Amino acid sequence: MKAPVYFDYAATTPVDPRVAQKMSECLMTEGNFGNPASRSHKFGWDAEEAVELARTQVADLLNCDPREVVWTSGATESDNLAIKGIALFYKGKGKHIVTSKIEHKAVLDTCRHLEREGFEVTYLEPGSDGLIRPEAVKAALREDTTLVSIMHVNNEIGVVNDIAAIGEVCRAAKVFYHVDAAQSAGKMPIDLAELKVDLMSLSGHKMYGPKGVGVLYVRRKPRVRLEAQMHGGGHERGMRSGTLATHQLVGMGEACRIAQEEMASEGSRTLALRERLWHGLNDMEEVYVNGDLNAHVPGIINISFNYVEGESLIMSLPEIAVSSGSACTSASLEPSYVLRALGMNDELAHSSLRFSVGRFTTEEDVDAAIAQVRTAVEKLRELSPLWDMYKDGIDLDSIEWAAH
Amino acid sequence: MAYSDQVMDHYQNPRNVGKFDDNDDQIGTGMVGAPACGDVMRLQIKVNDDGIIEDAKFKTYGCGSAIASSSLLTEWVKGRSIDDAAQIKNTEIAEELALPPVKIHCSVLAEDAIKAAVEDYRKKLNDVD
Repeated sequence: MKAPVYFDYAATTPVDPRVAQKMSECLMTEGNFGNPASRSHKFGWDAEEAVELARTQVADLLNCDPREVVWTSGATESDNLAIKGIALFYKGKGKHIVTSKIEHKAVLDTCRHLEREGFEVTYLEPGSDGLIRPEAVKAALREDTTLVSIMHVNNEIGVVNDIAAIGEVCRAAKVFYHVDAAQSAGKMPIDLAELKVDLMSLSGHKMYGPKGVGVLYVRRKPRVRLEAQMHGGGHERGMRSGTLATHQLVGMGEACRIAQEEMASEGSRTLALRERLWHGLNDMEEVYVNGDLNAHVPGIINISFNYVEGESLIMSLPEIAVSSGSACTSASLEPSYVLRALGMNDELAHSSLRFSVGRFTTEEDVDAAIAQVRTAVEKLRELSPLWDMYKDGIDLDSIEWAAH
Repeated sequence: MAYSDQVMDHYQNPRNVGKFDDNDDQIGTGMVGAPACGDVMRLQIKVNDDGIIEDAKFKTYGCGSAIASSSLLTEWVKGRSIDDAAQIKNTEIAEELALPPVKIHCSVLAEDAIKAAVEDYRKKLNDVD
């Protein structure tokens, strides 16, 4: 079977060949394999130099100080370290956290864990456009709030929150602000010298770097302190112990360098691909885009095909790799919590697909996807009793369905 | 996520897709499930004077397993008496299609659909009498 065309760059990206080359130079006997923490010989010094160069490459992308970059195993660990680290260190000051209902599970589940430990969490609802308003954050702040965690770009629908404005609200209230930027870093400009953001999570494998590496940005001025979640040799200024994985870090550094260099050209190219995809589908009946397209990362689009169920739609599209807003693909039968939080009805949430394009997507790929999706939707609507009813002018909400 | 060959076969070549006239006295219609749950099946049977199902049609909104369960059901009920058809168990469908545990509810829905269709037909029959 021919490999399907990849439309799931928001799930993960392939490693850029330039990144893979740099990584492969840090593995074997003749390469830069030393332990960056070894201070007594050249192997260690060379490894440390490579790790520090990578740290600088990350810092350049974010316009921050390299000393503010803490290496982790990925955005999930970064989110855990930021949220638990702040909550526990400052628990004497307060035990209240503000976040949103459409955060990544790494944030939500960490907050749930803290609730079980006696913390209180406010989960903000997005507007129907998918955005969290700074005013809503402001209204949720209390005397005992220590942390706000609101993501930059949502992974399912691609909307972009105004992290500059949310940061101003937090700074004015002297509350720390954490941003999960796994979907935005390397794809949109981020200037931490300007932004009032105290902590930011990044992932290597969402930006053509390897899996298993990420970064937590931790601001130095004003100083942010954390309770470490991983104890050991005191690496990363005591915030995250564990031998630094030179090849992974070098890979993420190189990925950041390339992303920064190519951001403007890649951004407009990716946006053009996304628009081509949407224009190829939006003339169909009962097809909707989810989330505000005016505040959107270039590469992601989430589309609902009403009266067609997402999992069967994916089954009809064996030649393209997309992800479904319907969680029927996982063990749970609930539709996406993100789409539901937008106030969308369950049928539409069950009928949605996320397409994400990236560095290696071509116009031909997009055109092939359009043709296949149109055929599949038409076929499944022929099979759908709901489509019949819609065509007969029956209001589906007027029917008493037996929930099961 | 791997589908069994049986599910793929019914999904790619669904049998007996379509719609009969609801108002015809020979027709029993069972519509089960809910859009919010991601599954709606409409199963229709055409019953002759001897109580034998002559034909069956379905339309299903749902995952591949739901579509396959209803497609298989239309094949199975044809030629059976309505009493016999109403005895079809979800476990038989699940077994034939090799459904994984998370998809068993699709076969339950199919069982509900044939029961509902038979009931609808019987109700029409009694109303005529």
